[in-house]
Amino acid sequence: MWWYVFVFGVLAVLLVLAGTMMIVRRRRAALGHPRVYPAAPEHPAPQRRAAPRAEAPASGGAFHGGGLGPTLRGLFHGGTTETTWQQLEDILLKADVGPKAASDMVQRVRADHPTGGNVIDTVRGEILSILGPDRPLALDGRLSVILVVGVNGSGKTTTIGKLAKRLVTEGRVVSVAAADTFRAAAGEQLEIWARVSGAQLIAQDRGADPGAVAFDAVKASEARGVDVLIVDTAGRLHTKQPLMDELSKIKRVIEKAGATVDETFLVLDAQTGQNGIAQARAFTDAVEITGVVLTKTDGSAKGGIVLAVREELGVPVRFVGVGERPDDLRPFDAGVFADRLLSPA
Amino acid sequence: MFDTLTERLDGVFSKLRKRGKLHPKQVDNALADVRTALLEADVAVEVADDLVDRVRSRALSEEVLKSLTPAQQVVKVMNEELTVTLGGEHRPFTLPGAPPIVVLLAGVQGSGKTTACAKLAKHLRSKGRRPLLVGADLDRPAAVEQLRTLGREIGVPVWSEGRDPIKLAKNGVKEAERTGADVVIIDTAGRLHVDPEMMKQARRIKDVTKPAHVLMACDAMTGQDAVIQAREFMHDVDTTGFILTKLDGDARGGAALSMTAVTGRPIFFAGTGERMDDLEPFYPDRMAGRILGMGDVLTLIEKAQDTVDAEKAAAAAEQMMKGRFNLEDFLEQLRQMRKLGPIQDILRMLPGVPGGKNAVKEMAEAVDEAELRRAEAMILSMTLEERRNPAIISGSRRLRIANGSGTTTADVNQLLKDFEGARKMMRSMMGKRLPGMAKVPGSQLKT
Repeated sequence: MWWYVFVFGVLAVLLVLAGTMMIVRRRRAALGHPRVYPAAPEHPAPQRRAAPRAEAPASGGAFHGGGLGPTLRGLFHGGTTETTWQQLEDILLKADVGPKAASDMVQRVRADHPTGGNVIDTVRGEILSILGPDRPLALDGRLSVILVVGVNGSGKTTTIGKLAKRLVTEGRVVSVAAADTFRAAAGEQLEIWARVSGAQLIAQDRGADPGAVAFDAVKASEARGVDVLIVDTAGRLHTKQPLMDELSKIKRVIEKAGATVDETFLVLDAQTGQNGIAQARAFTDAVEITGVVLTKTDGSAKGGIVLAVREELGVPVRFVGVGERPDDLRPFDAGVFADRLLSPA
Repeated sequence: MFDTLTERLDGVFSKLRKRGKLHPKQVDNALADVRTALLEADVAVEVADDLVDRVRSRALSEEVLKSLTPAQQVVKVMNEELTVTLGGEHRPFTLPGAPPIVVLLAGVQGSGKTTACAKLAKHLRSKGRRPLLVGADLDRPAAVEQLRTLGREIGVPVWSEGRDPIKLAKNGVKEAERTGADVVIIDTAGRLHVDPEMMKQARRIKDVTKPAHVLMACDAMTGQDAVIQAREFMHDVDTTGFILTKLDGDARGGAALSMTAVTGRPIFFAGTGERMDDLEPFYPDRMAGRILGMGDVLTLIEKAQDTVDAEKAAAAAEQMMKGRFNLEDFLEQLRQMRKLGPIQDILRMLPGVPGGKNAVKEMAEAVDEAELRRAEAMILSMTLEERRNPAIISGSRRLRIANGSGTTTADVNQLLKDFEGARKMMRSMMGKRLPGMAKVPGSQLKT
């Protein structure tokens, strides 16, 4: 319990500072002195440049931001130089591939690139080899269960609505369980999606135990002869251990109720930056992710983070969200993804 | 929250610190590492390059290179430039004009607008305002329902009638006039900046409601897309500032740096948790210090001033520094500190000293609240005399304390032993005054 020492230390410093400041302030007030603000830095800081979007970025980088980004084909038109490799790396960086993965990829492309060949084809090939073959949905057995997890606002409920619609269209009997009992109106949102998709809704009141909802959902689905049960869970930041434990519990409860969780999908917003790796790792630790659903790919974000997720954790992308309509969920296509990643910003 | 960026930069700068005289080449190498660290933290490529360029040109000046402590000068320059990139001075959120004053929230789907609306309403009410929440997100199923539920929770009225978001927003302002609300917070549908129809709608809502503020909610976990979004929203709805949401995760928050850098608009607030109170004013300079591992002592002290009796606390701390504290003091301090929030969070705000950053983090991770509670239970099972003078605690007293606190005599023994050790260590440490605190060597950090 060495940290006693530290706790004491912290307190001592903190309280002395707080006390001193308060006393000083009081004295100053008594003397009628004005508050003293910290002096300005010795070196005047340069004026911040607010760049309206039509202008080039403030920095003098060799590339251009906004919608004016160079296409890769244009970039390598005149052969490859040190600058073009740097530009290729920047394009990958801007797609959220991440500094390490981007630099590794450029290294590999440089090494593999045949003289006279097209650099874009080499890059595309690299991306495809990282992503591996596409993996269709694995649903078998009497009652298949799909658990859907992710951080807040990644698009879990919407994804479930679209996935349910898809499965119903394929002729399956689908039920959705509202195990997000935390967020206000999450149940109502899922209810509307159930109606749109033609799935059955299994829900309890807000604040109910999500494990209990999942248990009931399995029992009810079995009784009603459902083919696929999709379980919605509350959005949770992967750093909140109690919430991650709750997720493991939901999975255990489903298994205890006599079902197996066939797929566990992590819903990942395409805008997510490097934090996506931490998310994927934490959720995998808690519930063993079998796939990623990449949402909001209809924006300008490229979702390059899934490359790192695939490389580091081996988790493949399974579906992509491409719009707001109920039909806007598609099986992942690595070729389409690679083309989009390499398209102009 | 910025842990990893801080660590990375810490590594880079500790390398620099080890050298006396700096060679421009060394600065360049260090700055290349800084760039990678910034990119790993999701700082936009253009912003990272700009920041690194500015630091380089200042760091390579004669003044810095010839100074006695060039590495520290580079760190200082870095801190200043980081503060500039983060938006310079703290800009308080003000609501100018005649009531009802309109605040419009916009952003992409899932950025946390609805939650931010409710948190902002609660914040403004605590400042003596009478807010009205208007739910104009008619696209996402049950969005208005969510706002109503949150409104009920925090006791702020929610209004949403009609099927056209533009008319609805306009009528919402009228409703505020009618009911005497002085601030109207309008929640709008999430929209992708690449959707021209939706962006036009946002523009129209802005035109008819004439907001004093258009706040863009932005997820702290956003990557390179943050700057594109920020620019587009700024262009279409003339954003006045940002609310950075979900900052309580381990996102490194490069989005925060980037958005203000490209728009020149400040981050007014940061969402730091799931409770409705978890909305904090954003201080760029403090955040810069935090990124560089200088800690956020100011915020900590402010928190302390808000919650603890400073004079009493200072007196008690004085006692502690002289090494004259007992279990009763410890109990009191523990409770005071708990008022400040989870101990892990407090530890994270402390300045990281060179090489000590990991130690602080290790400690933050090792502090076990459950163990603290158990210690508290044991102390509570002691008599006043026992707390003041632990030396009198005999075998039979130990058994009584263990029984009273639901622990074992071994636990009690351990507590007393640790406490004695801690007291001794404190005494020797405090002899060296404050900087000594950081000198707890990593090897002794095992429980």
